[in-house]
Amino acid sequence: MTKIDIIQDVYEKLGFSKKDAARIVESVFEIMKDSLARGEKIKISGFGNFSVKEKKSRRGRNPQTGSEIEISARKVLTFKSSQVLRKALNS
Amino acid sequence: MTKSELIRKVQERISDYPSRDVAYAVLVVFDAMVRALIRGERIEIRDFGNITVRRRRSIRGRNPKTSDIIELPPRKIPFFKVGKELYDMINGRKGL
Repeated sequence: MTKIDIIQDVYEKLGFSKKDAARIVESVFEIMKDSLARGEKIKISGFGNFSVKEKKSRRGRNPQTGSEIEISARKVLTFKSSQVLRKALNS
Repeated sequence: MTKSELIRKVQERISDYPSRDVAYAVLVVFDAMVRALIRGERIEIRDFGNITVRRRRSIRGRNPKTSDIIELPPRKIPFFKVGKELYDMINGRKGL
């Protein structure tokens, strides 16, 4: 499933034109991206939570050469699926 | 940000439609994704990320209260992998 399929769903279930269905779907993901870029947590009930976690810098190895390198501090995005979603997947 | 806050922000952007319809459209977006995952499909949202269904094999666990050994059946869990653009945005490389 891609954005196109989601747009199609919004188009079929509501009276929006294809163009406006696309505007809405694009808005949803843009707003979520902007929010995460600010470091906010997003909680979508029935779906899951997205949160930004800070990772400290640590020592790692280049698996190809074996040489030791410093892995810089970074932020990662984690998704914790809601229990409702996990139950739906396993029933 | 919660789902209702997200809905409010989308309503602000799409102000030429009844807010009720816009709210319903946002719910349809997540419902479409849930149904795709239930069908076992992967979701690819360019510049945001992908969600795939991963299988966990059955594991042998223990009931912490009674310490009985129990077999947890194999299960499916959704796995999210962040897209490159969003990763860069979060790490302040562009987009802000």
